Amino acid sequence: MHVICQGLSHHAANVRLREEFAIPDSRLGETALHVRTMEGICEAVVLSTCNRVEVYAAATDSVAAFRSLDRFFHERAEGETDEVPFYRHAAPESVRHLFGVVCGLESMVLGETEILGQVKKAYQAAAESGSTSSCLNRLFQRSFNVAKEIRSQTNITRGSVSVGSVAVDLAEKIFGELTGCKVMILGAGETSELTARALRARGVRAIFVSNRSLARAEALAVEIGGKAIPFEGWDREFTGVDILISSTAAPRPLITAARLSPLMRLRQNRPLFVIDLAVPRDVEPEVNDLEGVYLYDIDSLQAITQQSLENRRREVSLCEQMIERHVRDFTGWLGRAGGPPPSPGAGETSPPGRRFHAAES
Amino acid sequence: MDRALLVASTICFLFGFAYTMYALGAGRYRPSRYNFTVIFAGFLLQTAFLFRRGEQLGRCPLSNLFEVLIFLSWSIVLLYLLVGPTYRLSLLGAFTSPLVVLFQVFALVAPIDSPPGAKIAPDPWLELHAALSIIAYGAFAMACVAGVMYLAQERQLKTHQIRSLFYHLPPISNLATATSQLLLCGFLLLTAGLLAGFVVGSPRPKVLWGVAVWLIYGAILHAGKLRWISPRRVALFSVLAFTLTLSTLWGLTFLAASRL
Repeated sequence: MHVICQGLSHHAANVRLREEFAIPDSRLGETALHVRTMEGICEAVVLSTCNRVEVYAAATDSVAAFRSLDRFFHERAEGETDEVPFYRHAAPESVRHLFGVVCGLESMVLGETEILGQVKKAYQAAAESGSTSSCLNRLFQRSFNVAKEIRSQTNITRGSVSVGSVAVDLAEKIFGELTGCKVMILGAGETSELTARALRARGVRAIFVSNRSLARAEALAVEIGGKAIPFEGWDREFTGVDILISSTAAPRPLITAARLSPLMRLRQNRPLFVIDLAVPRDVEPEVNDLEGVYLYDIDSLQAITQQSLENRRREVSLCEQMIERHVRDFTGWLGRAGGPPPSPGAGETSPPGRRFHAAES
Repeated sequence: MDRALLVASTICFLFGFAYTMYALGAGRYRPSRYNFTVIFAGFLLQTAFLFRRGEQLGRCPLSNLFEVLIFLSWSIVLLYLLVGPTYRLSLLGAFTSPLVVLFQVFALVAPIDSPPGAKIAPDPWLELHAALSIIAYGAFAMACVAGVMYLAQERQLKTHQIRSLFYHLPPISNLATATSQLLLCGFLLLTAGLLAGFVVGSPRPKVLWGVAVWLIYGAILHAGKLRWISPRRVALFSVLAFTLTLSTLWGLTFLAASRL
C-alpha cells in the first residue's frame, strides 16, 4: 500500500488559482468518494481550505494513482493545469506533510489551530462517505494525536499573532474574566471592530460604540451587538468603562493625561485598558503613566505579535523532531502492512531536503 | 529523627521550586498537579515534625525562634494549599517555595534551637495567642507573595515587556483579590491572637509591637477595601509590611521565649 498526497497551497499558488480548485465543505465526502473510484486508488480524503486544496490517497499503484489525481485536478480546472504549482508526495514525505499541516507548520500563520478542525472535518466527511479504510483511518487518527502532542508539549501555538487576539490576551491578564467588562469603541475602524469582536468572543457583553457619525456608530453597534452613543457624550459613559478601543481620525490626541486623571479618580482605582489603534494616536502616551491605566498603541501590539511569531519559529525544529518520530512509526507500520519499505529520499517528489515552509520564513 | 523530617520537607520544597524554574527557563512550563503534590508532601513532613516536637514539649512547639520559624513556614504552606486552588493562582507555589525554603534552611543552620526542657503545664490561652498570631503572619506572608506576583505581572503590563512569565502568571485582578482576602484573613487571625494575648497578660513591648502590626495591616486593608489606594499600592504595602514584620520577628520571639 502506498500513501500519496497531491495538492496546491498558498506557498506557491495565489488565491485565484486556489479558488479554481476549492471544494465546498458540503461536497468533500462525495468528492472523496469520486477520487476513491479512480484507477490505482483505494482510499481518499479531500482537504479544501482557503489556503490549500489537497488529496490524500492510499494507493495500490502509486504511478497510476498520481495519474488519476492529475486527471482529477484537470477535471476541476478551468484551463490547463501544466503550469499549476502542484506538489506530489509519496510516503514518507506524504505522511510528514500531513503531520506538518495538522500541526499548523504549513499554515499562513505559523501554529494556527483552525487547520486541525478543518482536517478533522475533511476526514469525517470522507469516512462517512465510505472513502477511507484501515490505512487512511490509521494515518489521520495518528495525525490528530501528533497535533495534540505537539500542542501540549511545545509552544508552537503559544502567544497571539494578531492585534485582536493580543488585545484579548492583555485584557484577560488585567481583568481575568471578561464577562463583566464594559468596552467602549471610539471611532469605527476595521481593526477596532475586529478587536471588539475578539473581545465579544471571549465573553464581553457590554459594548458601546461612539463615532462622529452616529449612523456609522449605530450600524457597527448592530453588527457587534452593542449600543451606540453620541460622540459628544462619550466621556459621560467613561467612568463605567473597563476597556477603551480608540481609532478615530482625529489629528491630535483626544485623550490626554490631564483630561483622564480626574476621571480615573471617579473610577475608584479600577484598572483601565486603553487600546489606541489610530495613527496619529488618539491617546497621549503620558496616559500610560497614570496609576491603573494600561495603554497600548498599534506599535506595541504589533511588537507583541512579532515576538509571538518569533517564539513560534523557534519551536519549529522541536516540532520537526517530534513529527519525524511519528513518521518513522507510521511508515514502519505501512511497510509491515505491505507498503513500500521507507528509504532515504523516498517520496521526495518535491525539492529534496525540504522541511516545513515555516522553517524557511 | 525530627531534623530528618524537616530536612526532607525542605528538599521537597526546593525540588518543586527548582523544577518549576527549570521548566519556565526552558519554556516548557505547564500547569500541573506536580508542584502542588510535592509541596503537599513537604507540608505533611512539616506537620509530622511539629507533632513530634509538640509531643516532646507537651505543648504547642513555639518555645524558641527555631520553632517559630518552622511553625510560620507550616502556616505559609497551609495557606498556600488553601489559597492556590481557590483562586486558581498558577505559579503561586513557585513564589511560595523559596520563602519557605529560606526560613527552614535558616532555622536548620542557625544556632537557634535548644533541646526540649522538662515538660511544663501548657497555658491554653498563651498557646492560642501564639498559634493564632503565627498563622496570621503566615497569611501576611502569603499576601506578600501574592503582592510580589501582582507587582511582577503589573510591571510587565505597564512597561509592555511581555516575557514568557507573563503568560503563566495569573491575571492581576485575581492576584489583587487573593492579596485582599489574605490580608483580611491575617487581620482577623491577628485580632483573635491579640485578644488571647490580652487574656494572658503579655509583656508590654510585645503588646505594643503586636498592636503596631495590627494597625499597619488594618490601615492597608481598610484603604484597599474603600479604594482609597490602588490595588498596586495594596500589593506594595503588603510586601513592605511583611518585610518590616519579619525583620522584627527576632525581638518578638526573644520576648516570647522569656515567657513560654
